[in-house]
Amino acid sequence: MPDKKPISSVNDFVVRFANVNGSGSASANEMFARAILRHGVPVSPRNIFPSNIQGLPTWYEVRVTEAGHLGARGGIDMMVAMNPQTWDKDVAGIEPGGYLFYDSTKPMPSTKFRDDITVIGVPLTAITNSTYTDPRQRQLFKNIIYLGALSALLEMDPKVIEQLIGEQYRGKEKLLSSNVHALHLGRDWALQNLKCPIGLRVKKSDKVGDRIFIEGNSAAALGAVYGGATVCAWYPITPSSSVAEAFTAHCKKYRHDPETGKAKYAIVQGEDELASIGIVIGASWNGARAFTATSGPGISLMTEFIGLSYFAEIPAVIMNIQRAGPSTGMPTRTQQCDIIACAYASHGDTKHVLLFPEDPAEAFEFAAAAFDLAERLQTTIFLMLDLDIGMNHRLCRPLKWDDSRQYDRGKVMTAEMLEEGRDFGRYLDVDGDGIPYRTYPGTHPTKGSYFTRGTSRDRYARYSEEGSVYADNMQRLVRKFETAQDLVPRPLQANAERPTKYGVIYFGSTSPAMDEAIGLLEARGHQLDRLRIRAFPFHSSVASFLAEHDFVYVVEQNRDSQLRQLIVNENGIDPVRLVPIVHYDGTPITARFIAKAIGDHQDHLKVTPLRKAVS
Amino acid sequence: MTYIAKPKFHHPGLKKNELGYTHRDYEGKISTLCAGCGHDSITASIIEACYELSIEPHRVAKISGIGCSSKTPDYFLGNSHGFNSVHGRMPSVLTGANLANRDLIYLGVSGDGDSASIGFGQFAHSIRRGVNMTYIVENNGVYGLTKGQFSATADRGSKSKKGVTNTDNAIDLVAIALQLGATFVARSFSGDKTQLVPLIAAAIRHKGASFIDVISPCIAFNNHAGSTKSFDYVREHNDAVNRLDVLVGRDPIAVDYAPGTVQVVEQHDGSKIALRKIDADYDPHDRLGAQTFLAKHAAKGQIVTGLLYVDPDAEDLHAHLNTVETPLNTLEADTLCPGSAVLDKINASLR
Repeated sequence: MPDKKPISSVNDFVVRFANVNGSGSASANEMFARAILRHGVPVSPRNIFPSNIQGLPTWYEVRVTEAGHLGARGGIDMMVAMNPQTWDKDVAGIEPGGYLFYDSTKPMPSTKFRDDITVIGVPLTAITNSTYTDPRQRQLFKNIIYLGALSALLEMDPKVIEQLIGEQYRGKEKLLSSNVHALHLGRDWALQNLKCPIGLRVKKSDKVGDRIFIEGNSAAALGAVYGGATVCAWYPITPSSSVAEAFTAHCKKYRHDPETGKAKYAIVQGEDELASIGIVIGASWNGARAFTATSGPGISLMTEFIGLSYFAEIPAVIMNIQRAGPSTGMPTRTQQCDIIACAYASHGDTKHVLLFPEDPAEAFEFAAAAFDLAERLQTTIFLMLDLDIGMNHRLCRPLKWDDSRQYDRGKVMTAEMLEEGRDFGRYLDVDGDGIPYRTYPGTHPTKGSYFTRGTSRDRYARYSEEGSVYADNMQRLVRKFETAQDLVPRPLQANAERPTKYGVIYFGSTSPAMDEAIGLLEARGHQLDRLRIRAFPFHSSVASFLAEHDFVYVVEQNRDSQLRQLIVNENGIDPVRLVPIVHYDGTPITARFIAKAIGDHQDHLKVTPLRKAVS
Repeated sequence: MTYIAKPKFHHPGLKKNELGYTHRDYEGKISTLCAGCGHDSITASIIEACYELSIEPHRVAKISGIGCSSKTPDYFLGNSHGFNSVHGRMPSVLTGANLANRDLIYLGVSGDGDSASIGFGQFAHSIRRGVNMTYIVENNGVYGLTKGQFSATADRGSKSKKGVTNTDNAIDLVAIALQLGATFVARSFSGDKTQLVPLIAAAIRHKGASFIDVISPCIAFNNHAGSTKSFDYVREHNDAVNRLDVLVGRDPIAVDYAPGTVQVVEQHDGSKIALRKIDADYDPHDRLGAQTFLAKHAAKGQIVTGLLYVDPDAEDLHAHLNTVETPLNTLEADTLCPGSAVLDKINASLR
């Protein structure tokens, strides 16, 4: 018996699988998460993987959470330790009272274990070697065998997993039956040789509801399909590649003319990021909805074109799946670190619209909206996801679409409007909102053509280096950005139960951890109003929120508190009133981290000054 | 780019083409390039070619990068949309524009600095993708706007205006275009309008990636003794493989040259290129032969001009991508959006 009482918990624990990249464990581990979901219990899985194809360590963490907390929790209740190289670190990470599951084929010295955890050994290699002769089969089925053993230890319904295997190998009977066999091999061994179940258990529930389980990148790609994107140009880069790959898959399914079989889309894998954004800008200039997907290094390469999009006022949509930078940084680790780089991308005075979805459902909605915004505002729109949302499955509300919705193509002057005698000046602010009319190439034989250029020009697109003309144009661009404030998704505010002078601002993938952290903070006696920012430029309610609170914490996943910098810069606020709470080691921010950082600061604020106490 | 627009009035008796347009309808603003610049001659040839083809000016999209050559789209087809993008990145912008609307004519104008240095990659990839475009490089071997630095097409051993000798090897864009699979490859000389006009016309009619390298001497920085891109040097070393005429379908096809000296190439749209052979053994359908021919003549210090290679059955990027005939920029939600019923099914598959 361990010297610490084993953790006992139903539908609320964290299991982490430690594997070797390329060992084929991913599908078994994901099946484990999906099986729990099919029990009606919410899960929040996360891939933690190296920037490598084979051989390096990889982890897959499944948070089982009947309460529905979808952020990372921190701490591991059960470690499935399948990678000898990371054994020591993996074992050390287990919570006291937790469980260690390992392949016990070869004896391990007692020093490799801990006294305060329960050790569960299953001779996985011995079982596979006695059953299979093919080395690859031995490797792959070992994963299914440990899944079977876990199902017994956690009291999971094997029929649920069998059903999942059936769905995965539909039409491939041989694979189906052999996987089911491997599942029961592990399950039966555990039932016969181990005390089942352990303290951690999965009990059927009904907490999933109608929610769906989808990766953010796939949802964003689907948003692009629904939003009417017809041109996608991209260059492979982790963690954004799956956006374009998913867009391709969705288009193949939903975008072919039923009569001719021809494609109502064009996808080009560019030679680099510069070409990709160039293609997007060329297509958008010509009236198509176009986008690219990239990550931080790609944004760096695209900045010259982004400046052109801003100054020449050409729509573009960039989906930036952020990863840990700078430079190559940690390509497979998450961060929210491109806020400043994107907000002010390119040389000169520029400002760009950023959208911050919190989950795949918003990634879908914001992706579709990005194309309306790009055409309405005639500028670049950044959809700011990150690896944590983009490459992990998330439970989220079902995706919704209003069939009456038409695309907002913005201010486009047609041949008929030109014939009516409407004055066309490409950069004329006819409505006072800073947004001019544009024409598509080929519109009219004699009217409405103009020259697009990155150099300064007057309201009628005529080249000009007059200072006053340039300044007039730059001021109109500011007006346009102000117009954008009311077009982008507004911040969402949630107030504490009791009035408080403290607030917290957060955004994007921090959202689920923040939701959970609020509960933890309340348990410590701290009340905070919340504001989830969903876009830049900031709506006026951000300034109001700042004015209403003495201190506002800004929680984000980068070193330099970039959103805080942007708020200070754009709102002219005293930085002292904005307290940075930053997390930037490449792992997703956790509720525990947020609650401790804010809680400790709040406790400090409550300390009575010594001078006051003795007077 | 200029402050001064050309006056619109013109002589009422000016000759008109089939659409009723005069030459003036194909002109743009007044050029601000140096007097005598070869680029202005190319501009004149583009105007002439478009006039002869009776192209509707507004159905042309003219796209360029940055540099002297990239300024020229402002000087022709004033009723067309133009796009002066960023240095070397014209090909990607043109590719995107072409994907959005396959019905327009795409004219990409670039320079040797633009295409052979910073934009070398984009040049190469737009060619290998088969974008339906006419890609013209106005090649003077020098950076004019920044006053005289060698470009990547400057020949090894040639001298700059300041007397510096170029020690780097030159990039021959024609040779590269052939290697990359361009389906229409030509070289010409800005001072040879007779050759250049029909080449541009044939390139516009070609469906696929058409590339024309036009030697265009820089009057200010590369027209001196020691330069291999000067007017005198090119005139002395020019070896034309053929002369050609373009016969569009609406005209009666009449080839009145002596038998055995003319080869007619029919293009995808029915237009015909009549090649008057100068080099009797030159076959413009032989890509490998063209590469060898070029290399042999280059070794002798000769600049081969004319239509070097054409594949009359070429396919373009839209064919490779199997896109619908309707321009993508005209598709709306009713044909693009799968709708809520499909989304419900997608949702159901994600549980």
